[in-house]
Amino acid sequence: MTDLLLLFDMLLGLLIIGLAVAALRVRDLFAMVVMFVTFGLMTALAWVRLAAPDVALAEAAIGTGVTGALLLKTLYHLRRVSGTLHLPEALSERPPDPQVPRAVIAANAVMCGLVVIGLAAAFVTAPLGGPGFDAAVADAMPESGVDHPVTAVLLNFRAYDTLMEVVVLLAAVIAVWLVERSLPQSDPPVMGEVYEGFARLVLPGAVVVGVYVLWAGAVAPGGAFQGGAVLAAVGLLLLMSHVYEPAPAHRAAARGLFVLGVAVFTGVALLVAWGGRAVFEYPPGLAKPLILLIEGMVTISIAATLAALFHGREPGVQPRPADTSEGAQ
Amino acid sequence: MTPALIYGLTGIVVFGIGLFGALCVRDRLRRLLALNLCGMGAAFVLVAGAWRMPPDSADPVPHALVITGIVVLVSATAVALALIRRLHTLESAPEEIPEDTPE
Repeated sequence: MTDLLLLFDMLLGLLIIGLAVAALRVRDLFAMVVMFVTFGLMTALAWVRLAAPDVALAEAAIGTGVTGALLLKTLYHLRRVSGTLHLPEALSERPPDPQVPRAVIAANAVMCGLVVIGLAAAFVTAPLGGPGFDAAVADAMPESGVDHPVTAVLLNFRAYDTLMEVVVLLAAVIAVWLVERSLPQSDPPVMGEVYEGFARLVLPGAVVVGVYVLWAGAVAPGGAFQGGAVLAAVGLLLLMSHVYEPAPAHRAAARGLFVLGVAVFTGVALLVAWGGRAVFEYPPGLAKPLILLIEGMVTISIAATLAALFHGREPGVQPRPADTSEGAQ
Repeated sequence: MTPALIYGLTGIVVFGIGLFGALCVRDRLRRLLALNLCGMGAAFVLVAGAWRMPPDSADPVPHALVITGIVVLVSATAVALALIRRLHTLESAPEEIPEDTPE
């Protein structure tokens, strides 16, 4: 039995390596995105084998789902701008690696090979399964307010990391809005009737799944980031099926949603500190409600931010005059 | 031979592939993807390092670090993709810009 599973692990590892190579080698950019998404899903499967279901959920939802949607949107934009949208073969105006000399490629390959060998030697000889943070986390679990160790680490023991992560998301959406400000409006692709029906069927279910994943995070794999990503998928469906059209009047609300997570997170930390404790040292009886409050607000923020990262453009902002003439062409 | 060893080595190879791609690929979208592969490879090694023999449960701290890393990676990817879209739009209409600058 164990041998069969190990065989499965080896095959999966080889498949993952093969998909990584294929994603970089395949000529068609659409096929490249498909390879990358498959790579992400296989990675999630590998992480389930490594007893990391939370990480696998996050990878499947955010690393694969949201990243795949972002890549496809960019691909659509590039093909529309370069006028190759109607062509069956995707954008290949530049053949791969036209100017890189063979010697440079060979030298890079040798160097990367050496790096891999060095890292592999270090990894194999390192004491695997040595003492980590397991014991410290297990000792502190009763005080954490939740029953699932990963959620306890994310929102209690190492809450600073998580706060900064939400800040990074906020910074990303600000940067994307600024960069896209002077791009001409690009019409979203028109979806067919099958898609519209699909969206109508899937939307309610996705909302329930997203909230459940958030709620389950307290006792089982799941939590704010995975739940937020599922709810962001709801936002993506709404945007693509034109059920929801971002309007200029919604800008203030959108900004409020982006900041909500950071604001509540920081507010709770400061209130706790005001009560004479360390910044993220929740009072024992209140740990669970506080963590749920933060998780809920952060989930809403993450969902809104990821959907906005996909939509890209700040609603209602007109491009500068110089760019409008470009867009009219 | 454990799953941690197999997937740890897988992650290191994926990292190497990503590094090579980031150095040698000309296409912007594909180079961004190569950098993503590097990040995934590093995450693989962290998750493999957190694995324990079955009766024991895995170390949650690296798991939390990787979840944070995935979210930061998608944020950075979104910003890079916005920059790629903008660069591509600017490049596809180069002759428009000099006409407009005198205004």
